[in-house]
Amino acid sequence: MDYDIKISTKSVNLYYGKFHALGDITFDIPARAITAIIGPSGCGKSTLLRLFNRMNDLIPGVTVEGEVYLNDVPIYDKDMDVVSLRQKIGMVFQKPNVFPMSIYDNIVIGPKRHGIRGKRKLNEIVEHSLSQVALWDELKDILNKPGQGLAMGQQQRLCIARALAVEPEVLLMDESCSALDPQSTMKIEDLMQTLAEKYTIIIVTHNMEQAARVSDMSAFMMIDENKIGRLHEYSETSQMFINPKDKLTEDYITGRFG
Amino acid sequence: MRSKFDEELLQLNNMLVEMGTMIGKSIERATNAIINHDKKTAKKAIAADRDIDNIEKEIETLCLRLLLRQQPVARDLRLISSALKMITDMERIGDQAADISEIAKSLIGKKYTMNLDNIPLMAEATSKMVIESIDAFVKRDLVLAKKVISDDDVVDELFKKIRSDVIELIQKDPTNGDQAIDYIMIAKYFERIGDHATNIAEWVVFAITGKHVSSRKLIKED
Repeated sequence: MDYDIKISTKSVNLYYGKFHALGDITFDIPARAITAIIGPSGCGKSTLLRLFNRMNDLIPGVTVEGEVYLNDVPIYDKDMDVVSLRQKIGMVFQKPNVFPMSIYDNIVIGPKRHGIRGKRKLNEIVEHSLSQVALWDELKDILNKPGQGLAMGQQQRLCIARALAVEPEVLLMDESCSALDPQSTMKIEDLMQTLAEKYTIIIVTHNMEQAARVSDMSAFMMIDENKIGRLHEYSETSQMFINPKDKLTEDYITGRFG
Repeated sequence: MRSKFDEELLQLNNMLVEMGTMIGKSIERATNAIINHDKKTAKKAIAADRDIDNIEKEIETLCLRLLLRQQPVARDLRLISSALKMITDMERIGDQAADISEIAKSLIGKKYTMNLDNIPLMAEATSKMVIESIDAFVKRDLVLAKKVISDDDVVDELFKKIRSDVIELIQKDPTNGDQAIDYIMIAKYFERIGDHATNIAEWVVFAITGKHVSSRKLIKED
């Protein structure tokens, strides 16, 4: 594949206290594409995802060794402004975490925090963000209704719209469809593919079929004999799912274990 | 929804049409090489076989990607699995057109000992079968697919005629044996091309209806 590199990691090791969770992770994530992180439970997929927006920093006792670059800038540098990093790298979680406020306020909360004022500008952001997730037509007349009153699938799309409202470059999605019905899942998957024309998307998924359907690159993680999470195979999704290089990868993606 | 899938299915159609056109051209070249004692055309037809092999691989890759990414079911699944089977027959037709051209090359400079008027007729009939079977796939046209299957009879009849001509040629003068074998081989290759085109049309019927149909059964139905 011919892509620019958006994020790269160099020999990353991550520890929760004494527990060595990620071991020697080195890989490049392409821009404007979907990268799926797959692997059995407890292999460090979510830890790896949270490495990119420094969400792991919030967990006491975490140490990160090695380098993580966003646009060639080392994000674990002392001078890194984590707030601006998280503006560039948005995140969507497993369950829609719509805030207990109106649909409108859910969208503008981020931009407001980043200092955007003025009703007209905020209105524009709301329309643009909701349009990007194909919710504008459905919601434009009920923007003052509570966001939590929406259906689950709509709530998740609202969360994606909220993440987009601060104009990020990267979107991290941690099992973002696992709480949704198949129809809503399909809508989110379609949405991911549209968004990938503009954004870099990294997903964590347990759903092998989903990784095959939506992603361009796949990263298979696995714990080694010391229970350290390692990047076992990383390649184009079509390569991994048609002809994986490694037998362990093949056993996992064909459902032989995990 | 699934607009990307529809786009890729359109791409599959286009590539099949392109491969069909290449095969039609190869059959035409092979025939011209025989009729006109044209070495250049024979060489072109032989060289084109590599392009046909390449496009087969490209279509196969696209089909695998579609199976992987779209995880098709029902008619979509039949469509893609049929396309995968069709290209095998199409590739074989390409090989046979190249084989005919090889014989044409070996016949250059030799005076033909038999009237070969039936050869272009076979070429025309088989080429039409190939193009129409792909057309039937693209347009999901069951009637056209069935027509292709029954058109194979025309090719089989022409083969029988050539076979009789060849027997007569040998009986007349056993020293004609060399060329007689070449003629019967050319005719047999065309007859096999007709069979492959029939197979393609049978896969089209399967893609549309979900049922396997053999040419014999179809004739009975009619």
